[in-house]
Amino acid sequence: MDFTFTEDQQLFADSVKDFLQGEITAESIRASWETETGRSDELWAQITELGLPAMLVPEEFGGLGMTELDVVLMAIECGRVALHEPIVEMAMVATPLLAALAPNNEKCADLLGQIAGGEAKVAIAHTVNHVVADAHIADYLILPHADQIHLVAQADVKLEAQESVDPSRRLSTVDWTPSEATCIASGAEGVALLAATLNRGALASAAQMIGLAEAMVARSVQYSEERQQFGKPIGVNQALKHHMANCAVKTEFAKAPLYRAAYVLSMKPESADFAISHAKVVAGEAALFAAKNSIQLHGAMGYTWECDLHIWMKRSWALDKFWGHAGFHKNRTHQWLMNPNAQIGADNTFGAVAI
Amino acid sequence: MDLNYTPEQNAFRKEVRDWLAANVPAEPLQSFDIAEGFEQHREWEKTLAEGNWGMVTWPTEYGGRACNLIEWLIFEEEYYKAKAPLRVNQNGIFLLGPTLMEYGTPEQKERFISAMASGEEMWAQGWSEPGAGSDMAAIRSTAFRDGDEYVINGQKVWSTRAVFADWVFCIFRTEQGSERHKGLSFVFVPLDAPGVTVRPIPQLDGLPGFAEIFFDDVRVPVENRLGGEGEGWSIAMATAGFERGLMLRSPARFQETAKRLVELYRENQNEIMDLTIEDAVVKSYMDAEAYALSTYQTASRLIKGGKIGAEASLNKIFWSEMDQKMHETAMSILGARAELLPHAPAAGDVGTWLEGFMFAQSGPIYAGTNEVQRNIIAERLLGMPRK
Repeated sequence: MDFTFTEDQQLFADSVKDFLQGEITAESIRASWETETGRSDELWAQITELGLPAMLVPEEFGGLGMTELDVVLMAIECGRVALHEPIVEMAMVATPLLAALAPNNEKCADLLGQIAGGEAKVAIAHTVNHVVADAHIADYLILPHADQIHLVAQADVKLEAQESVDPSRRLSTVDWTPSEATCIASGAEGVALLAATLNRGALASAAQMIGLAEAMVARSVQYSEERQQFGKPIGVNQALKHHMANCAVKTEFAKAPLYRAAYVLSMKPESADFAISHAKVVAGEAALFAAKNSIQLHGAMGYTWECDLHIWMKRSWALDKFWGHAGFHKNRTHQWLMNPNAQIGADNTFGAVAI
Repeated sequence: MDLNYTPEQNAFRKEVRDWLAANVPAEPLQSFDIAEGFEQHREWEKTLAEGNWGMVTWPTEYGGRACNLIEWLIFEEEYYKAKAPLRVNQNGIFLLGPTLMEYGTPEQKERFISAMASGEEMWAQGWSEPGAGSDMAAIRSTAFRDGDEYVINGQKVWSTRAVFADWVFCIFRTEQGSERHKGLSFVFVPLDAPGVTVRPIPQLDGLPGFAEIFFDDVRVPVENRLGGEGEGWSIAMATAGFERGLMLRSPARFQETAKRLVELYRENQNEIMDLTIEDAVVKSYMDAEAYALSTYQTASRLIKGGKIGAEASLNKIFWSEMDQKMHETAMSILGARAELLPHAPAAGDVGTWLEGFMFAQSGPIYAGTNEVQRNIIAERLLGMPRK
């Protein structure tokens, strides 16, 4: 029993953090809002150079062969800077699906190689989401159709842009016709892959929301020192201290469930539903709560477009609902818990995990 | 990261489980807040100590098993699962014990630790005073030197279990004219010493669970001082760290409460009209699980040489408010039965929820109020300005 990350996992997350903190600023995010795609080839080239698209691509297909557990800390860092490039979803959600099929599917294997090399991008749809993120810059789309999964070139579909409250998010609906040629999985395999995909999407969102929550609290704490009223920084007021302390408590106790979810998903994905849903619910609560308390601390400034807080706040609002909203995930934990055969109680903390 | 127990850890769990199965009293003990129940619990502490299960994390020389924190968590899980009695000497074993091991002289360790572990000597805590609650540095009770003795005068209050305990560990002002955190010392006083008066304070359930203690020219030898003269504050802070940190409230306690809550909900599911109850039950279970996961994470980190600091305040807020919420939810499920005391014939077996509910009201208050903890988090963990 050892519930800590390895030094390598920490170092990897730290190196990505250093890179992101150096490159991604509120100014650069705002600048991206003014561009047509909202995405930057130059930044993507740097992300590729760091090997990020290849993280969860198996080594035999030209990737780094990492697991969800290896990258979950990195996903937190992407949330912390409110990264707008689609690396988390592409690397943590789309590529594992392709990797599951690649041993018996040349098309998937080829595409994985291109993704790992930074030559192709892929976006992924799911019935739980109404829209697809970053389809507009993807070369290929992974699209579900009943129990089937299709891999379709972007050129063969019609996208309609759907504007999000978060200007960093670029969303689309997809008009397309399934064909035998594009089908890469169906039946029980398709259903299982779509279920696993939902869990990966939920994990990726949960991790980013932890970073978003901590970033909002850090910004608010800083603002509470700068902003003076009654001749003192507003941060001396206990009411505001307690708003921030409450955020810290919520975020802290969302972390261990997230790490457990990453562990179970990487070791025993078929048993991950409860752990994933727990992590998604509490990370969402932490991020929404940090958003609410942060705008309150900022006062009228927090309600402006000019104040950077909304970059993080709006991403939180969006990700809390993406890859299964709280109702969906609470319902899953309820189903699990109310089963009379559920193994619950003090000696079952890792009961669902035991491998 | 490896979330599997090792074969050794599984074997340890089995050993704990087997011992508890053979030794936990079949009938629940009476409340340790009455004389008879206190003695029953003292007996139980003796039984635990005889099996070397009193404090598994302590070194073997003090009757422990030198267990690491993961093994401690396993022990606690089995302990609460077996419905073993609550620990009557928790002030001693959870708070003073670790403090003694860190700051005590060899003679003090020899004199006090084994007797504490065996239940022979029970400890109360004497820190708060009528004018020094959250603001503990406002302590006014004094212990002034007279040769090889301290002469103690003043009053302590909210001393848990002092009515039946043998000793109290206190903070007194030992330097004339000193103020605030300076000039305080950590001193042990036998509760049967001449000049000590213990007046029980009935708590919310009517039982004398705590007391006020009056000191009138009480004399104790200077050997009863823990650490150096004037170091009382920093030693007390270390003790408070143990209190808020890991040891006081292990996750197993809350996981078992959450499990009972899930069962209570299932049994009463068809009669529940309040649609929010279901969510509260699920949330309670997930929170108890989150607390357990977080504790395992902290334990793993500490085993690898990490330290726990102000983040202990996060724990204290989380478990105390979770405990309140769980019991509030149980009360809601029980409806009109909720107010019945355990011995009321119509209470059946649900009266213990009321006891837990009442005790849960004290969680956000003792061991430093949650408001004080929030200030600590904001200032020391997040860096918000003090003034």
